[in-house]
Amino acid sequence: MKVALHGLDLTVSPGEVFGFLGPNGAGKTTTMNVLLGFANATSGSAHLFGTDVRQPIARQRISYLPEMTYYYKFLTAEELLRFYARIFRIPKAERERRIDAVLKLVELEHARKRPIRTYSKGMQQRAGLAQALINNPDLLILDEPTSGLDPIGRMKVREIIQRLKNEGKTVFFSSHEMGEVETVCDRVAILHQGELKAAGTVASLLARNETNLEQAFLRIIGFNLNSSSSSCTSSSLLLAS
Amino acid sequence: MHIILAVTGVVILEMIRRKDVYVLLFLTALITLLLGSVNLFGDANIARYLKEVCLTLIWICSVVIAITTAARQIPAEKESRTIFPLLAKPVTRAQVLLGKFLGCWAACALSLALFYVFFCLVSGAREHHWPLVNYFQALLLHILFCGVVVALTLLGSVVFAAPSSTVTIVGVVVMGILLLGRHLHKVALKVGGLAGGFLDTLYYSIPNLEWYDVRDLIIHNWPRMDWTVIATDALYGAAFIGLFLVAAWMRFRRMALN
Repeated sequence: MKVALHGLDLTVSPGEVFGFLGPNGAGKTTTMNVLLGFANATSGSAHLFGTDVRQPIARQRISYLPEMTYYYKFLTAEELLRFYARIFRIPKAERERRIDAVLKLVELEHARKRPIRTYSKGMQQRAGLAQALINNPDLLILDEPTSGLDPIGRMKVREIIQRLKNEGKTVFFSSHEMGEVETVCDRVAILHQGELKAAGTVASLLARNETNLEQAFLRIIGFNLNSSSSSCTSSSLLLAS
Repeated sequence: MHIILAVTGVVILEMIRRKDVYVLLFLTALITLLLGSVNLFGDANIARYLKEVCLTLIWICSVVIAITTAARQIPAEKESRTIFPLLAKPVTRAQVLLGKFLGCWAACALSLALFYVFFCLVSGAREHHWPLVNYFQALLLHILFCGVVVALTLLGSVVFAAPSSTVTIVGVVVMGILLLGRHLHKVALKVGGLAGGFLDTLYYSIPNLEWYDVRDLIIHNWPRMDWTVIATDALYGAAFIGLFLVAAWMRFRRMALN
């Protein structure tokens, strides 16, 4: 039996933007699945704002943006947001105000009454971002939020993350885009083969490895740049913030 | 409750935006109108044959709508992965299941109401007689029947691998109960012994869906039913709905979503 995660011990502080990095199959999505209650950990515990993740109330103050756009294609963006807003018990007047605000933020006002199945990939991703913002969450869990977006789309997502950070929100996101991680993140954690290899501020990680984040990442996961094939020797490196 | 009702609303919206119900309604209306326009040999009893055919069509359509709508709810959520952003909210799997059940049931009830109104207009136009209480009782029992079938199908959808399997198996079970279930007890009495005991056990274990089929009440213009009988049928149906939904929840809550 393959162990997806082993000995992962992480704490994310309020108000920080936390980057969760790792190659494919490292365990990033599994970590998010446990945090969101989609999967149960075989041992250990996970808490959101002090509440066990297995309690539905733990998800009252969070939102989740999946990597792929998983929304009801027969609904319009407006109907989708209204549905999710009803789940959070947002009063009607406040609900409509928030729908208008988030649709304006993600630039989907012009398409709000069209079914999501008619949207382009970028528009669907923006609809996803809108649903992640509708409840004004304190914590956003984003699974590769810029995946599949063009450079303009990626820039807009980075702007939104920065804006959320300025508002004091906590953002926990996984990404393969080292450039954007370096730009927006306060701290990062690097996962490899289910184990935490490094955690700390971007600055300390770069200082320790005397290189850019991408090179540091490859070095930490044991990818040997000098040979023609990769070697996967594990290294355990924990950095204090 | 607001979460359950929110999920219910999405199910009804989906039903309205799919074409299934409209196709069935159109076909039923077309066949009924064609039959209603025929005047065979000046036979005054043609109205009774018309009612029988129309009600049979309505029953077939209701079984199709109930089973096909409910069979795809949970599997479609898993396949399209819309279950993930939904369960990432403060929503439990029980609420999702109840919302899906209420949504499918409400959609069936709305379709049935349309069918019965149409049927009432057509048969009333032929007979010049509108026993509205009888029609209402038949509609009520038919809606209860759909509730049991929807709950059974939802259970099937979390047990079987694909919606097509669920539709086939539940379809066979429901038609089997409707056509053969009522005879099980009689056969058990005739056969006797161990086989009779087995048949009787089966008869009392399955939901006796034939109790909700009161087409003869309308076809032969029988007097209206006693309301206590309908209340008993409602309680009986509610018990089976509860049983199927609890079983479905126990399976769904442990189901891997990937």
